[in-house]
Amino acid sequence: MSEHRISMTINGLRHVSNAEARVSLSDFLRGNAGCTGVHIGCEHGVCGACTVIVDGLAVRGCLMLAVQAEGAEVTTVEGLAAGDGTLHPVQQALYDEFALQCGFCTPGVVMTLAALTAPGSKANEQQLLAAMSGHICRCTGYQGIRRAAKKLAAAPAGEQP
Amino acid sequence: MKPAPFDYLAPVTVEEACAALAEAGGGATLLAGGQTLLPLLNLRMSQPFIVIDLNRVAALKGISRGQACTRIGAMTRQCEAIASAELARALPVLVKAVKHVGHHQTRNRGTVGGSIALGEPAAELPATAVALDAIIEIVSVRGKRETAAGEFYLGPYMTTLEPDELVTAIRFPDWPQGHITLFREVAQRPGDFALVGLVGALVVEDGKVARAGLAWFGMGPTPIRARSAERMLLGQPLEAIEANAVAERAVADTAPFDDHHASAEYRRTVGARIFARTLREAFPAKEAA
Ligand code: FES
Ligand code: FES
Repeated sequence: MSEHRISMTINGLRHVSNAEARVSLSDFLRGNAGCTGVHIGCEHGVCGACTVIVDGLAVRGCLMLAVQAEGAEVTTVEGLAAGDGTLHPVQQALYDEFALQCGFCTPGVVMTLAALTAPGSKANEQQLLAAMSGHICRCTGYQGIRRAAKKLAAAPAGEQP
Repeated sequence: MKPAPFDYLAPVTVEEACAALAEAGGGATLLAGGQTLLPLLNLRMSQPFIVIDLNRVAALKGISRGQACTRIGAMTRQCEAIASAELARALPVLVKAVKHVGHHQTRNRGTVGGSIALGEPAAELPATAVALDAIIEIVSVRGKRETAAGEFYLGPYMTTLEPDELVTAIRFPDWPQGHITLFREVAQRPGDFALVGLVGALVVEDGKVARAGLAWFGMGPTPIRARSAERMLLGQPLEAIEANAVAERAVADTAPFDDHHASAEYRRTVGARIFARTLREAFPAKEAA
């Protein structure tokens, strides 16, 4: 079994630590980097709770090895809100639309929406709603999430809806 | 669950990847997009000694024009295929099929070659390769070879790929501009594997079907080319095509199975319906007549 020295940028900060090859990116982010906002539901790509942004794209953290993210730019839910606690537009939209209850699925939902509403990669309403099929939520009934997604689609890229 | 321990190699050239694969002598697994392999590792259904990651092999990436064909590097990501203007122009039905593979988040990692090399019988891309007469380029330390997609699949997750071989690219022959594309799948939820699916293309010249490539997915142990239906269609004037009869014939070529998602009977019934409906929609002129 191989162990690797892995360095990546997590939420704008450089992180270097060791991990076995078999450690998933989601476990690495939680265990090595302390980003416990990365939730792990199923570990086989079905639920979407572990979704993080790697080099600008929303991906399943459980379906990538940490060692594969060597040199990558990773964003987790911890990296979204401003230093003074001001929520990211996606977080604010979910909050406003009552799009969460227990919050387990929420970090994943937030990261997909954040990736798809970032300046330069703004998706339309239909694309945003379709991307939500990659997330399972066991509480909200999805209507709040859909409302938030529609609101975000209507707002200019990177701006508060 | 967490994967069993393994060694990890990340070659940067095809030669290095082939050498590592040959040296491992069957104990290695290739990691492409990982959207199927990682679940299998996490569930410990796959326990390789070595994982050879192809993600740093630049030569396996990208979409290019070949001679009367479009060549897709095996490590081209599904999201890149969807965004490709070249593919949208040359192979619209492939783009449609890729959009049905998994979810947005898995398509950001998943690759075209990974899906085609894996050979899941209910997957969209292997069937698309079979329907469109794609050629699969394969390499190993022993040399290069090519195979028609139609001869590549032997059974569920079984292909003619030897343990020391890897898929480098898939070549899709050109279809003339304005050809008709056919795609339909029935799945329980978006992103699920299809219960039944149909993909293909038709060329109509002088009101008659001049070329046809159609294949089923989820209708047997491999993607299945609808050869008898194609023969029925070829040379037919559009107004003479009986969609239901062709669909019956197309279903007769399949070998669907019962599983916990659907029975073989269900698959045959739904298969016939979607085949007939897809054909009818492909020729709206006839519908109006
Ligand atoms: S934990 Fe990754 S998709 Fe469920
Ligand atoms: S808010 Fe509880 S799972 Fe989505």
